[in-house]
Amino acid sequence: MKTIYRNVLGGKAGTLDVLVLAAILFAVFPFALDPFRLSLLGKYLCYAFVAVGLVLCWGYGGILSLGQGVFFGLGGYCMAMYLKLEASDPVSTKIQSTPGIPDFMDWNQITSLPWFWEPFKSLPLTVIAVLLVPALLAFIIGVAMFKRRVKDVYFSIVTQAIALILSVLIIGQQGMTGGVNGITDLKTLHGWDIRSDSAKYILYYASGVLLIAGILFGRFLIASKVGKLLLAMRDKEERVRFSGYDVANFKVFVFVVAALFAAVGGALFTLQVGFMSPSFVGIVPSIEMVIFAAVGGRMSLIGAVYGTLLVNFGKTYFSETFPSLWLYFMGGLFILVVMLFPNGIAGLMDSHVRPWLARRRGARLRNAETPADAPPVDSSLPGTATVRSPSPLAPGEGASTPRVQPAH
Amino acid sequence: MAKAELALAVEGLTVSFDGFKAVDDLNLYVDQNELRVVIGPNGAGKTTLLDLICGRTRASAGSVKFKDKELTRMPEHQIVRAGVGRKFQTPSIYENLTVFENLEVSFPRGRTVFGAMTFRRSSEVIERVHRVAEEIYLEDRLENAAELLSHGQKQWLEIGMLLMQEPELMMLDEPVAGMSVTERQKTAELLNRIAVGRSMIVIEHDMEFVENIAHKVTVLHQGKLLAEGSMEAVQANPKVIEVYLGH
Repeated sequence: MKTIYRNVLGGKAGTLDVLVLAAILFAVFPFALDPFRLSLLGKYLCYAFVAVGLVLCWGYGGILSLGQGVFFGLGGYCMAMYLKLEASDPVSTKIQSTPGIPDFMDWNQITSLPWFWEPFKSLPLTVIAVLLVPALLAFIIGVAMFKRRVKDVYFSIVTQAIALILSVLIIGQQGMTGGVNGITDLKTLHGWDIRSDSAKYILYYASGVLLIAGILFGRFLIASKVGKLLLAMRDKEERVRFSGYDVANFKVFVFVVAALFAAVGGALFTLQVGFMSPSFVGIVPSIEMVIFAAVGGRMSLIGAVYGTLLVNFGKTYFSETFPSLWLYFMGGLFILVVMLFPNGIAGLMDSHVRPWLARRRGARLRNAETPADAPPVDSSLPGTATVRSPSPLAPGEGASTPRVQPAH
Repeated sequence: MAKAELALAVEGLTVSFDGFKAVDDLNLYVDQNELRVVIGPNGAGKTTLLDLICGRTRASAGSVKFKDKELTRMPEHQIVRAGVGRKFQTPSIYENLTVFENLEVSFPRGRTVFGAMTFRRSSEVIERVHRVAEEIYLEDRLENAAELLSHGQKQWLEIGMLLMQEPELMMLDEPVAGMSVTERQKTAELLNRIAVGRSMIVIEHDMEFVENIAHKVTVLHQGKLLAEGSMEAVQANPKVIEVYLGH
């Protein structure tokens, strides 16, 4: 029990962070926002899955993937294929020359369902495919790259190339994939209408619950020896290798985990938005996903969620108000984060807000006494970002707790 | 010398980088429980020799046999698991982790992904960490971040990380580089203590230190064996004097 409390929830401070996030997601937003804004938020939560995965893979593992859109897209497409087949029953497609197949296939003179669409007639197989297809691709890429010791920027470039390849492939194979329009007009999931307001609420809550479950799993990983090894590898890969570990296996593992996070996000995205298209697969969305994690804080699982929400609300607001300026603003934001606060919002929280809160509380408690606040750890150099948050909420507690805390 | 007593047998070992032979047809035999020091001028191939033994560099020709296992074709982590530990020239520790965690991560269990996920800090682990920390003079620094240690302490920590693995052959690359006089003294004591029951290969420049620890000295020059024997014999060897003082 105690171990779970410490390693999964992250002790007192970590539990508080999760509760605050849960309260915001489940209590504040659903009542403060109208259904339209809430459905936008549900969409952003799907991106947050990718960002949380990137915290593990990039923040802890030091593996910068610029191709998470690939896994998000594969998860999303797997789900969309199931929904599309359900929406293409022979009755509602009877005006087609071949009834019973998706409409875009009919427009492209395809007369029978391609073989790889067959499994998506079954919901259980679809759920398996949502997880298995992206995980398998990540595994193959990971083994091919990490066993050959491809790393750093070279790996990033490869992932980016794969994002480009997949989006070109999807667009090119219009008859089998829906092409540039993607897979649209999705209606029901196993007979359940996903377009109704109640479905939107249910899917929103489901996304939130899964996201928090994902964060807790991430914390478990970080608190386990895997987390320490990831940090150790980022710092001194050779030393880890010459301590008897097969470094590549750990990299493959964390890359697959990040891909799984992205895939779950993608599948939920399809359900909530009602379509999937190559515009979520390519290079630009993949880089945007990295920006979400960077703004939130690449060492903080929960920070990544806030970062995603903030950037996306900003994107929506600015693209509604100044449509042509948004891209510049996004680029500027990324540069700002990298240069000024490399640990993102979570880093600012740890270095400024929490010590300030602790000082306030200390001052209130001890009145005249001057509180001995923990000096903020200056981790402002990119690449040397440390996870040792000084635990400023509870000064004095830090000595006995494990140093690498699950991020907040 | 009976073959069974050999801890390490290096025969005909050669590595060539674009035609340049950093190690050239080298033979080297280390007995069990022997502490061998390898010396030689810069560029003699000392570090390359360690790299070849531990698999960091692949040999162009020759063999490295450790307890009848051929190391030249094994992946690095398998060589480590076979019982060969190696310390790098510049202290190579995990700055982001505490001293305790540095040692804990080096504990030879839970080395697979799943094993690492389910690894628990058992009393056995804690006891070992404390025992090793005491050995390397860091028992009161266990909860400090490793980056806060002094240079000498980082060197000790890396030796401690090797000790956690209980290697049968331990290779240290310049363990006292950058250390103060008292630290050198303590390191010599440490090495003499931990050399009991295992074989060691140490690369060092500091002759006083070498005298303190070496059972036998090997002198390398331009990738080749120049001389081998006791410290006195090697120091009296005209070829060695020529190489060190001649030019």
